[in-house]
Amino acid sequence: MKRLIILTAATIALASCGGGSKPQETSNEPVAKSMQEQSQGTTTTGNPSYDPKRGEGKFNSTNVQVSDKLDTKMADAGEKIQGVKCASCHKLTDEKLVGPGWKGVTQRRTPEWIMNFITNPDPMIDKDPAVQAQYELCLVRMPNQGLSDEDARNILEFMRKNDGVK
Amino acid sequence: MNHKLKLLALAGLVAGLCMPSCKPKNTKNAVSADAAAKAYVAPGQYDAYYNFVSGGFSGQLSAYGLPSGRLLRVIPVFSVDPEKGWGYSEETKPMLNTSHGFVPWDDLHHTELSQTNGEIDGRWVFGNANNTPRIARIDLKTFRTAEIIELPNSAGNHSSPFITENTEYVVAGTRFSVPPDDVNGDVPINTYKQNFKGYLSFVSVGKEDGKMDIAFQIECPGVNFDLSHAGKGKSHGWFFFSCYNTEQANTLLEVNASQKDKDFIMAVNWKKAEEYLKAGKGRKVNVKYAHNVYSDKTHSATSEMKNMVTVLSAKELKDICYMIPCPKSPHGCDVDPTGEYIVGSGKLAALIPVFSFDKMQRAIANKEFAGEYDGINVIKYEAALYGEVKKPGLGPLHTEFDGKGNAYTSFFVSSEVVKWNIKDLKVLDRVPTFYSVGHLCIPGGDSKKPSPKYLIAYNKITKDRYLPTGPELAQSAQLFDISGDKMEMILDFPTIGEPHYAQAVPAEKIKGNQVKIFKIEENAHPYAAKGEAAAKVVREGNKVHVYATSIRSHFSPDNIEGVRLGDEVYFHITNLEQDWDVPHGFAIKGATNAELLIMPGETQTLKWVPDRVGIFPMYCTDFCSALHQEMSGYIRVSPAGSSVPLSYNTGKTTPEAAAAK
Repeated sequence: MKRLIILTAATIALASCGGGSKPQETSNEPVAKSMQEQSQGTTTTGNPSYDPKRGEGKFNSTNVQVSDKLDTKMADAGEKIQGVKCASCHKLTDEKLVGPGWKGVTQRRTPEWIMNFITNPDPMIDKDPAVQAQYELCLVRMPNQGLSDEDARNILEFMRKNDGVK
Repeated sequence: MNHKLKLLALAGLVAGLCMPSCKPKNTKNAVSADAAAKAYVAPGQYDAYYNFVSGGFSGQLSAYGLPSGRLLRVIPVFSVDPEKGWGYSEETKPMLNTSHGFVPWDDLHHTELSQTNGEIDGRWVFGNANNTPRIARIDLKTFRTAEIIELPNSAGNHSSPFITENTEYVVAGTRFSVPPDDVNGDVPINTYKQNFKGYLSFVSVGKEDGKMDIAFQIECPGVNFDLSHAGKGKSHGWFFFSCYNTEQANTLLEVNASQKDKDFIMAVNWKKAEEYLKAGKGRKVNVKYAHNVYSDKTHSATSEMKNMVTVLSAKELKDICYMIPCPKSPHGCDVDPTGEYIVGSGKLAALIPVFSFDKMQRAIANKEFAGEYDGINVIKYEAALYGEVKKPGLGPLHTEFDGKGNAYTSFFVSSEVVKWNIKDLKVLDRVPTFYSVGHLCIPGGDSKKPSPKYLIAYNKITKDRYLPTGPELAQSAQLFDISGDKMEMILDFPTIGEPHYAQAVPAEKIKGNQVKIFKIEENAHPYAAKGEAAAKVVREGNKVHVYATSIRSHFSPDNIEGVRLGDEVYFHITNLEQDWDVPHGFAIKGATNAELLIMPGETQTLKWVPDRVGIFPMYCTDFCSALHQEMSGYIRVSPAGSSVPLSYNTGKTTPEAAAAK
């Protein structure tokens, strides 16, 4: 019974694609896998509607604290991580390399969005409209580089430094 | 909320979530109930098709049966294969010789079956070497590599080994432009624009024997030639090559070769090139390249170093090459069965352009040019364009045809195959692949006569599809039934190496032509022992030649004494069997190379340089009979300068010669 209903639901979703003449969604993630996850409700509980300001992940406006002043120690730590795990694809200017340049990113995005995207990129690539538009330009998914929460916070601080926070 | 209601709510939620992103593209996410029956080939039954699949970075080529996906054979081509002695036996070493010396590995990207009148004839399959540029011809009577030719003036032979409709030529195109071989290549890398050139090679193929020869090369601007396909029918006489990096970047191509909105498909009038060649317009150029041929009579390969090619200049001979603008960084370059439509797949483009051969001809006649690219006429985009498939998917790569007016294009980024109609350019169906599909194959799908029962998608990533095997996971092939309107997935299976292009052919074209044995009386190997009476051991200085025979289940001789440290021993094993499927193997302890696998009637040679004094066993490695475990022997190695006389025998328990104490 359960299976039947889910299948029906899936079929409705399929029918809405209108025979596939629509432009493709921008995932090279397993289509079936994503569907499976959704069917099992693993991504539907707790976060039914995607918040493009916050992104998806463990960070929100209450657990990311950003001060007006730069924490240079954190920014230096962030710069080191950036050199190993980010710089191959992202320039510090506004110029696109593999992915977009970092200049101005802290003005375009909330701190929690940045930290969520760094630590939890795959679901956000599938769900965030702005990221999907970016993906159509870049054609390469930003990989999960296995950064810790602290790493992500330090990178955020380095991005702030890069954007002129003193 | 009762349980049912909860489920309904959940179902609604799922539907709601799926709708905006159109996630499940169609119901073929689920394999239908009769899929197993469609792919099932009962034990003892033959498959309907052979599928020749490139092995990518394995350097080999594999033959699968379809629809079962059963692996029938891995054919060693560009990489050594110790299992079969390929590149280890003295007879096969010359096959991997190049102008750089012995090269034990390469990267085989594409397979192409020989054709007659635009139809697959089942005689040979060709493969390309993407690293050290070469083309191989595999004989489908023996499923062995029969010939390998190296390509001078080239680096990275990717747009290869595609053929003309009567296999007049198999082509090659340089992927990495470089300075030509006859000029000083010691130049700064950033002088790409001045000094680097792209060469196309037209390699003629002997009508009867398949022998390859570089008929001519065409010097073109330095770009990256990517893929190619010959015209057919009305467009026979033309060849089409996709080019990317028309920016002529020499660093960070990921970014710098993706600047222009349009690169090119280059149309090559090879019949015109032939005329210029005859008229003496070619330039003889000193180069160096290896041409390696295997003989089934001597059971040995020869490697000949050649030193001359004839080069035609596309810049000077204006009516050989034309550039057709193609969005953006085109990869696949595929010609439909009628020869009228040329499909370019711009891997960074959001559409698929379809060019018309007739329009292109008119554009050339009317000189509808947009200018020149490095001396080559550029046809106006619209003047050659038949139409565009709009928003078909993300990352189009390759297209195959069903001969019923439909094309099937793979989309790497959006992981799907899209079926579309060539005439009205409408998308008809799409199915997901698992995951990141590269090439597609329909039996005969690039020929005049496709056999459109199946489509196979070759995937780069399998992620969660199979039991995990550490950091490296299998690549895969996915089989679709395309006999109906909708594509239906019926099977997937892992492949060897990374599959790029593959071709398939009805089994009838090949299975009746198989060589089952080599006739022992026709064996012209200089070290053959035709019968046990001819078995012997001969010393020539420090070289010891063992003329040995194998038959179920003993070697003759199987006891050899009088070998000394410092000797080089050559075991020439002749398999005296004359029945199908009775190879014998040969291995000896401490050999620093591999085993031999010797087919019935064949002679193969293993070189062995003993490194210590003692008794060394040798044995048959291929289970041949109930007494296979008994198929073994010994060699005695004595110190340098020892007076133990050379002796050998089979079946004598007392040595003829007294051994030195």
